Amino acid sequence: MRDQAAIVGIGQTEFSKESGRTELQLACESVLAAITDAGLTPANVDGLVTFTLDTSEEMEVARNVGIPSLSMFARIPYGGGASAGTVMQAAMAVATGVADVVVCYRAFNERSGMRFGNIGGAITAMPLWLSWYAPYGLLTPASWVALHAQRYMHEYGVTNEDFGRIAVVDRMHAATNPDAWFYERPITIEDHQASRWIIEPVLRLLDCCQETDGGVALVITSAERARDLPHPPAIITAAAQGATFDGEMMTSYYRDDLTGLPEMGVVADRLWAMSGLTPDDISTAFLYDHFTPFVLMQLEELGFCARGEAKDFATVERLSLGGELPINTSGGLLGEAYIHGMNGITEAVRQIRGTSYNQVDQVEHVLVTAGTGVPTSGLILGAI
Amino acid sequence: MSGSEWSDMSEAPALPERLAPSMTPDTQFFWDGAKEHRLLTQQCSACNRLRHPPRPMCPVCNALDWEAVEASGRGTVFSFVMPRHPQYPWFEPNYIVALVELEEGVRLVTNLVDVTPADVTIGLPVEVRFDEFAGGLVLPMFRPRRAYGEST
Ligand SMILES: [Zn+2]
Repeated sequence: MRDQAAIVGIGQTEFSKESGRTELQLACESVLAAITDAGLTPANVDGLVTFTLDTSEEMEVARNVGIPSLSMFARIPYGGGASAGTVMQAAMAVATGVADVVVCYRAFNERSGMRFGNIGGAITAMPLWLSWYAPYGLLTPASWVALHAQRYMHEYGVTNEDFGRIAVVDRMHAATNPDAWFYERPITIEDHQASRWIIEPVLRLLDCCQETDGGVALVITSAERARDLPHPPAIITAAAQGATFDGEMMTSYYRDDLTGLPEMGVVADRLWAMSGLTPDDISTAFLYDHFTPFVLMQLEELGFCARGEAKDFATVERLSLGGELPINTSGGLLGEAYIHGMNGITEAVRQIRGTSYNQVDQVEHVLVTAGTGVPTSGLILGAI
Repeated sequence: MSGSEWSDMSEAPALPERLAPSMTPDTQFFWDGAKEHRLLTQQCSACNRLRHPPRPMCPVCNALDWEAVEASGRGTVFSFVMPRHPQYPWFEPNYIVALVELEEGVRLVTNLVDVTPADVTIGLPVEVRFDEFAGGLVLPMFRPRRAYGEST
């Protein structure tokens, strides 16, 4: 699969707190924008991939956009862990000849519609897995992550201020991205430390990503066909999913060690093996940042630093534009938008094309990760 | 029903509410045990390993037979958090959620009671107590373990 497929089109809606239209319309707008960006038409598309959580049916998207027939359609589970997995699925379909042009999409009204942080107020039928947590008030993604991250803090002496530097980096990058919700609104570490506790003593308000209404879509085709299309292709050098034993959706509290993200460890091993690259080869990365602690833990799982050393490795200078490893140059989920990680993939493509608002010099390889603390996925994209 | 029984019921203090768990034939024993004030864990009948949360098959030996065995009720705090936002009608503002590791080696999520957040540390020895809620729900909760001989 290595280097056989490429992302050739990207599309998105505006990122807002109230889109004023249906999730299906957001999906159709972003899918059409991505197809147009690729220099293709709906008639060229024969595959669709989305998240299991997406409410827009493949057949409805095809009916609206005018895609005449589909030879492949698939859905990827586990929330934001699906983002890079949709691209892996598309790349597999293209590499095996099952489809020629696949569009991956994700669109939702996550702020004005069903909010993931309000599960407790919206439960109609208690899922079995949640039954071990809901009676005790462990009811939000923030709380599920915090109970895990508290153990990481304890074992390695990590403080909430260490997490805050990730928020500062993301908001610095968002401040110069006009598409970002937090455009022109950077924060300082003092702002972070003054923000209220959401889950004490792990997560403050500024450690938690925002909620967004919007949609993002990506077009994947063969690397060969990509040469004839208008934009420089983002070659899919490596793609992987990962899950590990004794995990749950977001409450994997039963393994011996809770200081890592073993699902991301599986993804990392596969990405490095498939690409033949090492962390030193990565020009810039999008590290899924729904909650800041798991960005530090990802730096360790991916091999950018050793276990327990992310708190010292993750300086604002190193991780921001001009540094050794600029991350989340669009502002990430904290600063730009929360489109379940799909907006990290669009930013990676822009870095390859040289069209980011926060362009890194001489980009060769970009690493992208999907949601963490869940079965997850990752990509390495490369320039030709 | 006599009039006096009605008035007795009206005077009984209302039990606090909690979101109730859903159950399957794999998990019901745990909640039934709590109603009897017994903390039960699932033990593989073939290899004797304990597992939680309950599930039908032993991942080590693949046996389907298991027994519900009573745990000591003693453990230590493995991790804990204080959810502050959003606030729910079912919880006091300062509630504490803990991941407790039982002496037997399995972990479970619970609430810590009879302790203020400032006194909670990872490694704190705790013991089970059973609290009753509306609808007949009984939840295992944990409190700091009392020294031997200390009055309860
Ligand atoms: Zn067994």
